[in-house]
Amino acid sequence: MIKEYSSISNVAGPLLLVEGVGGAKYEELVEIYTRIGEKKRGRVLEVDKDKALVQIFEGSTGIDVQDCRVRFLGKTLNIGVSADMLGRVFDGLGSPKDGGPAIIPEAMLDVNGAPINPTARDYPNEFIQTGISSVDGINTLVRGQKLPVFSGSGLPHNRVAAQIVRQAKVLGKEEEFAVVFGAMGITFEEANFFIQDFTKSGALERVVLFLNLADDPAIERISTPRVAFTVAEYLAFTKGLHILVVLSDMTNYAEALREISAARKEIPGRRGYPGYLYTDLASIYERSGRIKGKKGSITLIPILSMPEDDKTHPIPDLTGYITEGQIILSRPLYRKKISPPVDVQQSLSRLKDKGIGKGKTREDHADLFNQLIACYARGKEAAELAVILGEAALSDLDKIYLKFATEYEERYISQGEYEDRTIEQTLDLGWELLRMVPRNEMKRIRDEYLKKYYDTK
Amino acid sequence: MRKGEITKVSGPLVVAKGMTGSKMYDVVRVSEERLVGEIVGLAGDLASIQVYEDTSGIGPGEPVFMTDEPLFVELGPGLIESIFDGIQRPLDIIKESSGDYITRGIEVPALERNKKWHFKPLVRAGTEVGPGDILGQVQETSLVVHKILVPPGAGGKIRDIKEGEFLVTDVICVLENNKQKHNLTMMHRWPVRIPRDYRERLAPSLTLSTGQRVIDTFFPIAKGGTACCPGPFGSGKTVIQHQLAKWADAEIIVYIGCGERGNEMTDVLLEFPELKDPRSGEPLMKRTVLIANTSNMPVAAREASVYTGITIAEYFRDMGYSVAVMADSTSRWAEAMREISGRLEEMPGEEGYPAYLAARVSSFYERAGRVKTLGSPEREGALSVVGAVSPPGGDLSDPVVQATLRVVKVFWSLEDKLAYQRHFPAISWLNSYSLYLDDVADDVNKMTAKDFTELSREAMKLLEQEAELQEIVRLIGVDALSPEDRLILEGARSIREDFLHQNAFHEIDTYASLKKQYEMLSVCMFNYNMAREALKRGAAFDDLVKMDIRNKIARMKYLEESKLDTIVALKDELSKEFDQLIKREAGAGEAGKRGTEETAKTGDVEKRSEK
Repeated sequence: MIKEYSSISNVAGPLLLVEGVGGAKYEELVEIYTRIGEKKRGRVLEVDKDKALVQIFEGSTGIDVQDCRVRFLGKTLNIGVSADMLGRVFDGLGSPKDGGPAIIPEAMLDVNGAPINPTARDYPNEFIQTGISSVDGINTLVRGQKLPVFSGSGLPHNRVAAQIVRQAKVLGKEEEFAVVFGAMGITFEEANFFIQDFTKSGALERVVLFLNLADDPAIERISTPRVAFTVAEYLAFTKGLHILVVLSDMTNYAEALREISAARKEIPGRRGYPGYLYTDLASIYERSGRIKGKKGSITLIPILSMPEDDKTHPIPDLTGYITEGQIILSRPLYRKKISPPVDVQQSLSRLKDKGIGKGKTREDHADLFNQLIACYARGKEAAELAVILGEAALSDLDKIYLKFATEYEERYISQGEYEDRTIEQTLDLGWELLRMVPRNEMKRIRDEYLKKYYDTK
Repeated sequence: MRKGEITKVSGPLVVAKGMTGSKMYDVVRVSEERLVGEIVGLAGDLASIQVYEDTSGIGPGEPVFMTDEPLFVELGPGLIESIFDGIQRPLDIIKESSGDYITRGIEVPALERNKKWHFKPLVRAGTEVGPGDILGQVQETSLVVHKILVPPGAGGKIRDIKEGEFLVTDVICVLENNKQKHNLTMMHRWPVRIPRDYRERLAPSLTLSTGQRVIDTFFPIAKGGTACCPGPFGSGKTVIQHQLAKWADAEIIVYIGCGERGNEMTDVLLEFPELKDPRSGEPLMKRTVLIANTSNMPVAAREASVYTGITIAEYFRDMGYSVAVMADSTSRWAEAMREISGRLEEMPGEEGYPAYLAARVSSFYERAGRVKTLGSPEREGALSVVGAVSPPGGDLSDPVVQATLRVVKVFWSLEDKLAYQRHFPAISWLNSYSLYLDDVADDVNKMTAKDFTELSREAMKLLEQEAELQEIVRLIGVDALSPEDRLILEGARSIREDFLHQNAFHEIDTYASLKKQYEMLSVCMFNYNMAREALKRGAAFDDLVKMDIRNKIARMKYLEESKLDTIVALKDELSKEFDQLIKREAGAGEAGKRGTEETAKTGDVEKRSEK
């Protein structure tokens, strides 16, 4: 039975308190009808005896305490999903936004999902070739991984993400990735960039877009990644597609969460973000992965902008604790016109060890990338010394390393936006650069690989 | 069953009225879905309940069923090789019954009820037994003999005890006490929040070797000791925890994945059955119990998971085993406490954490220790705890880190700076410490050589000298240093790169026995000392650092354990090379002198001839 009340006693920010409610449930979906008949949606955040605290997705503009009616729907937030959603554009809550017909749902699913049983998970270990050397060679992405891009204002994170989406493929397999794109609080221009890019590469019919733009209600953003993942889960584990989920920008999501938390007068954690930010982010990110016996997979690339490029800010910090690595974009590199400006020292892919090596990329990959990074680190140290003491004060070996670091940035990290390097090209380029450094410095590479790759040209 | 009624739902916290008669930390079942919850606060007839499952769709008016029991774990055969969630529900069984996702209100017994175990009595009928006495044993896996103990609180004369195939719920022994009969099964239950009893605490004096060179040589942990490894993300906390779970010289491993990534648990599940124990050659899974409460599973169960894990560990300790608990990560546990505390509207302490955070952390670590257990035959058990801490931004002033550092005796400081240089394990040799260094010195030396501790002290001195010299280098450049000082830098570099650096993903380098560690460090130091000697005797610094044998030293770590003598032989080779070098230098010096004299002479001749 659906019950309707007009007993709102309090409105504060995006929250309203309804009194005299019987039988409201936690997380229950509600509809609010304003005086002029406008319909808004919300969900129950807390029920205390006959009082229900409701969060309104569309914001509280137009709500008053006398005439508004609140209807409790007796169910949690569900979304109808269907394979026909591919190629369509939706708003942040999953309603069509492209003027096309309504979706005929093949299933109704709770947007909150349920945790995957760890014993049902299959370990991600299929190498995804993105064609970007600094990703493939150093921070290898695998199918089912969650690898965020940490960026800052003015850095080309959207271009990097678009390039990954455009070029991502699993070697030896023909299936292409379908993309679920969740936009949270990004501008029209940014969203348009992605849409244009998808259109140009002909990928649009493999894309589901959920758009909550900068001028859309902020609170709606809290549901956007969940709605996106619900669709992604359906397409991956029911329909057997390989899904790439791109979420941009998670910083805006966390800020919406903070707004709700502040309105509820909760005790704030660091920088005013709620103490449960970690758990909340995890409940989104952890929905990606692979499941044993299921054909599809969900690979997640969330994009987040670090305020003041600060990696210790709660949002990148907590994200880094949940995701399996991170790709960090560096402003100094970008200033040097190195693009994509991937900071290979701070970036990391935790799952690469299972995704590289013989039969996946090439036997020498692991040793090679360890050596490359070690040499690059040494070269960066030499560069720092050179700044203080002048290049002339460096030892001969340090001079070699300095040259190596420069060439590494210019030839290995830097590459064109439409340059799609195969993994062999990336690896061979690595060896070519290593040959600048004397052989007895190759401490991290097995002799057999040195013989096979370093000595032969 | 008595029941109350829900009045409030706020996330994982539920308040119910009509709960008179219930006690703190009693388990309750919430709503008709029978979600598991635990009472964390009482006021009048109101009880605050933390619910271990998702509370969506629950509302006021629904019933709360009281069980009048605290949160228990089941202890008995069937624990090893299992994977449980935070409240000891077997995840593999849940998967069979409810699919790939964890749904709500699932009730499954923790221990497999249909499996028969072969019970072999070790005492005869007529014996008087008390709590902790060993009644018999079950070969649980190829690595673990599960001792069946008289449960706490029971005792008397054995009337009947039988050998055979039994279920965990079958009666295997009947005790008589004051004419009352008492049936014992192979399984008993114990409340997770109460530490299990022992006879006597012992000081830790044995080393828990882990196969990780930086740990065993410089910052060892004792059997029965506590350690923590705080570090920012990407510094390798989880890899270290996994390495310890794989290679630590303990008979039982309890791995608690508390609020971490799901894929990490999958990794353990897939990898451990494949990996072989270096001592017995059996799969590592055969000695491992897993507790998995990943970050997206309900937050309150995360709070319980560390207790569930350590109680299971205590049970194996009571059998006389050396047990190691890995808790990854205790920060998530503390955050779960913070979340519940916030919903209870308690006055917060630092950073929103409850004021009792430090007390909870210290009482958890204090459950570790080396003990004489209860019961006969007399035996010793040890429970070591290694906790990962994930401080925000790697900031060590975080309340969880500080509370942990106050109780643990070993601190492995993980630094992202080292990780960026791909120096793994990224344990800082300057900031870490181990207070067990002296306690375990005798044990370590006995296992390796008399001078092992001495050697590690010398090596550490070299590393400290390096740090000081680095400061100078940063200011005025390496050329300003004397050759002796530059040799110190080279020596320390060799220790860092050839010894400390260890590749967890290399099939041989992943584990190094104490013996191998000793030989390796010994070669590094021998090389350094010889080089110093050579320098004194006039060798040129550049020649010393260009020696080809350095390549062999760098490859020591990739030699198998069976080829230790190759490492030992390196010392002879080094002696020879240095001798030659010194001779050559001396020879070159002589020859040089003679050469100039000769040219001088010929010059004379030429001059003369010109005349």
